[in-house]
Amino acid sequence: MSERVAVRKTYKLFIGGKFPRSESGRSYIVQDSNVVLASRKDARDAVVAARAAVKGWAGATAYNRGQILYRVAEMLEGRREQFVALGVPADEIDAAIDRWVWYAGWSDKLPQVYGGANPVAGPYFNLSAPEPTGVVAVAAPEAPALLGLVSVIAPAIVTGNTVVVAASPAQPLPAVTLAEVLATSDLPGGVVNILTGRITETVPTLAAHMDVNAIDLTGVSDAELAAELEVKAAENLKRVLRPAPAGHDWFADPGLARMTTLLETKTVWHPKGV
Amino acid sequence: MFEYAPAPESRSVVDIKPSYGLFVDGTFVDPTDGGSFKSINPASEEVLAEIAEAGSQDVDRAVRAARKAYEKVWGPMPGRDRAKYLFRIARLIQERSRELAVLESLDNGKPIKESRDVDVPLVAAHFFYYAGWADKLDHAGFGPAPRPLGVAAQVIPWNFPLLMLAWKIAPALAAGNTVVLKPAETTPLTALLFAEICQQADLPAGVVNIVTGAGDTGRALVEHPGVDKVAFTGSTEVGKAIARAVAGTRKKLTLELGGKAANIVFDDAPVDQAVEGIVNGIFFNQGHVCCAGSRLLVQESVADRVLESLKRRMAQLRVGDPLDKNTDIGAINSAAQLERIRELSEAGAAEGAERWSPACELPDRGFWFAPTIFTGVTQAHRIAREEIFGPVLSVLTFRTPAEAVEKANNTPYGLSAGIWTDKGSRILWLADRLRAGVVWANTFNKFDPTSPFGGYKESGYGREGGRHGLEAYLNV
Amino acid sequence: MTATATSARSDLSELGRSETALRTFLHGLPGVDQVGAEQRAAQLGTRSIKTTAKAQAIDLAIRMVDLTTLEGADTPGKVRALATKALRPDPADPSCPHVGAVCVYPSMVPYVAEVLRGSGVHLASVATAFPSGQAPLEVKLADTRAAVAAGADEIDMVINRGAFLAGRYREVYDEIVATKEACGDAHLKVILETGELATYDNVRRASWLAMLAGGDFIKTSTGKVPVAATMPVTLVMLEAVRDFRAATGRQVGVKPAGGIKTSKDAIKYLVMVNETVGPDWLDPDWFRFGASSLLNDLLMQRTKLTTGVYSGPDYFTLD
Repeated sequence: MSERVAVRKTYKLFIGGKFPRSESGRSYIVQDSNVVLASRKDARDAVVAARAAVKGWAGATAYNRGQILYRVAEMLEGRREQFVALGVPADEIDAAIDRWVWYAGWSDKLPQVYGGANPVAGPYFNLSAPEPTGVVAVAAPEAPALLGLVSVIAPAIVTGNTVVVAASPAQPLPAVTLAEVLATSDLPGGVVNILTGRITETVPTLAAHMDVNAIDLTGVSDAELAAELEVKAAENLKRVLRPAPAGHDWFADPGLARMTTLLETKTVWHPKGV
Repeated sequence: MFEYAPAPESRSVVDIKPSYGLFVDGTFVDPTDGGSFKSINPASEEVLAEIAEAGSQDVDRAVRAARKAYEKVWGPMPGRDRAKYLFRIARLIQERSRELAVLESLDNGKPIKESRDVDVPLVAAHFFYYAGWADKLDHAGFGPAPRPLGVAAQVIPWNFPLLMLAWKIAPALAAGNTVVLKPAETTPLTALLFAEICQQADLPAGVVNIVTGAGDTGRALVEHPGVDKVAFTGSTEVGKAIARAVAGTRKKLTLELGGKAANIVFDDAPVDQAVEGIVNGIFFNQGHVCCAGSRLLVQESVADRVLESLKRRMAQLRVGDPLDKNTDIGAINSAAQLERIRELSEAGAAEGAERWSPACELPDRGFWFAPTIFTGVTQAHRIAREEIFGPVLSVLTFRTPAEAVEKANNTPYGLSAGIWTDKGSRILWLADRLRAGVVWANTFNKFDPTSPFGGYKESGYGREGGRHGLEAYLNV
Repeated sequence: MTATATSARSDLSELGRSETALRTFLHGLPGVDQVGAEQRAAQLGTRSIKTTAKAQAIDLAIRMVDLTTLEGADTPGKVRALATKALRPDPADPSCPHVGAVCVYPSMVPYVAEVLRGSGVHLASVATAFPSGQAPLEVKLADTRAAVAAGADEIDMVINRGAFLAGRYREVYDEIVATKEACGDAHLKVILETGELATYDNVRRASWLAMLAGGDFIKTSTGKVPVAATMPVTLVMLEAVRDFRAATGRQVGVKPAGGIKTSKDAIKYLVMVNETVGPDWLDPDWFRFGASSLLNDLLMQRTKLTTGVYSGPDYFTLD
């Protein structure tokens, strides 16, 4: 009896909740697999999908978003063997799962911690509350491929933003596999969009895109490129998260800045009277 | 029948020197590589004083002084002592409020009733508020022992010269930074008087440095490698240039830029207060307000009634001498600004919008523009899209709440918005959907040191005021 | 149904025939935001009135005073003295104008009438079981007729606040209509007693109700409850008469009463009249101050302006 022939996986992009191939039809090889080389057009399509998802995701209740992020953790726990098979260390997978759980809890707490009533000197009700900025472009860290990726996606989406992520070019397989986790976690299509390929191809398009509200340059290790991207981002005053310093400890407590940089604070006034 | 006689505030309370140097390291100094320029009274075109223009070497000197003060004095100083200096400054501002108000109106052209009742009291309140934070930063929600950034470069506009200075300097100093501030070239005088107040308060030398000048001075300051933080309030165009200039550096940046706010009036609005709100929204400070309610969105079913009331109310506005206590609308800040307002207003008329102003006599000398409204404006008109920064209101109509939201958000700006309706649930529904940093419901143009202020989208990023305002000056 | 300024004149005379129509109309009036209204009133109070404008304002304010005494202790002697002062407020200065009216209880009307006859100073009488209004309608109407018969040419009635607050608008309306009829040729001022109405929305509704029912003036207060006239209440009433004229073509006067004690206060009110309803109302026929001690302060300020010296109370009569 001959040995069964395995069914191989095709690694594709993740855009609008679907797994399309690149419109460019290009790929490159990583870990003996063909990985899609996303084009500028793919990046623009991803922005359209991300924009379309903003209304529903930002408008969802914080409770609902929190549950969905927790669901991602559940799914990731169930699929950890897939990541082991890709060579992701076990402690990194644990940390990535725990990070989803940590951020899941923030959805309905950050507005309380980061907003609140302001005691203005007059007969007014005055309340500040954070709101998502909109569509966030993200250059994921080159490594650690899974924990780094989760650590940039989760803080952006937990508050209601949607993201277009350029995965680590050297280690894209955990990203595509994470997309499969996200696709089965009740996360609405378009909230997370994942592009594989060259940072130099997709991220400049995202940095210059006028319908992107913020850019996270964490994974851009080339300082010159990072500065160039920041200049492009200035054209519509995107909120910018600058590249992570070399040797950043991804296992450490992330703090709030990744979430708060991608938020707007809205302050509402109303008179008090009879 | 009842003509109000002139009631001018005396200008003798303020002593303007013929010339002013730069305030660097605690003293006034002459520029080394800069020149000088004149600051004029926009209501009379009279020269008020000759002002030093800081060159790049002067800026460098100021940044070095700020660095030294940060490292040797202000950084190591306990928060409780920084607090006392700020409280002291707040008190000095209250004590010298008349002087500051008159000087502000002379240099800026704004009515004395505003500089006296709005600007200067808010300046004192701002210092008072942030003074209290200086020794409580551990409890501000940014983790234990948050660190200051270092030297802050601050560039401020001419519309609220002293208030913008307060918004910049008070949180910076409370958080433990030192500053180099550049006031606008048309309105440097109150900043220089503030420098004297710093001396009077015995504030350590170098903690506050004031470099006067125009765009080149500002550029030298923002691009100086020795600054850790850049804070700018002004036009979106310059804001973008600054964002490009700091790209790739470690400088933290906050920007408070332009706006084109929608002021939305529904058919169930408390109409008399709404009309007051519309007037206050666009004619406060001659409309030189980034958060001005420059687009009136009025529900079609009440548009005629609201416009009739608005025109009647506008006919009561008194335009003229800024120092007259009865003046509602003062002088336009500069010839250049007046030209821009004229140009955009002419474009509005040329594009087919209907222009209306109440009968009003404008003085012969100085820069003046009558309060103006344009009706029949659509989203496609330039006057509905571009920031005019003057007493010019564009009136548009809408039919449904959804249409109001769509039109209100249909702009690259997102600083502020107004809502007028008696229905509470509608206010909350709308406030959720408006992409703007400040939403005034059944009120407009209210400010408070505890209340965060700042924009969405191309109106900038970061917040000034409140606990949020500290974040811009802390390493978090 | 909306009711403020419209270019087309509306016929609102049918509203009083149905409780439902009246309620729908009054509750369809635009709301008043308390904070906004109070801020606008305060803003108007910061106008600085100097020199010639001040002199004119003081004389106008004197002409607008309804010189009032409404005490249980009023006697013929007391009201005669008051009426005499109304004619010549400053005996030392013949250029000083007389006041608008003298305002007394019905029983005092005959004594005042003797003094005022032919002078041009109006004679106002409170009526309708002032100040509470808590009497049967027939008694209130008899009270009114008696005052007019005795010589009053202005009647200051009180509305039935109990009925108003209970939402029985038609009852309030009908009482005003009946009182107006009982007045004959005398002008009817309708006292809303705004201190008991509690909200500006109620003040606006009561103002319209009084105007719809035929009142010639709307007046803030009796002076007998803790909160009398205030700037914001008067502002809301001025907006009501402005909008009522725009809607119907009929002009109605306004009378703040109680609590206005100084020239400075009076001038603030005049500024508010000027900027809210305009010069048409800057006339004793259309705006009055219900006051007593205000007059002496106006006289002191007037003397100060003419002589340049601050005067004192000893130099003005205490009647």
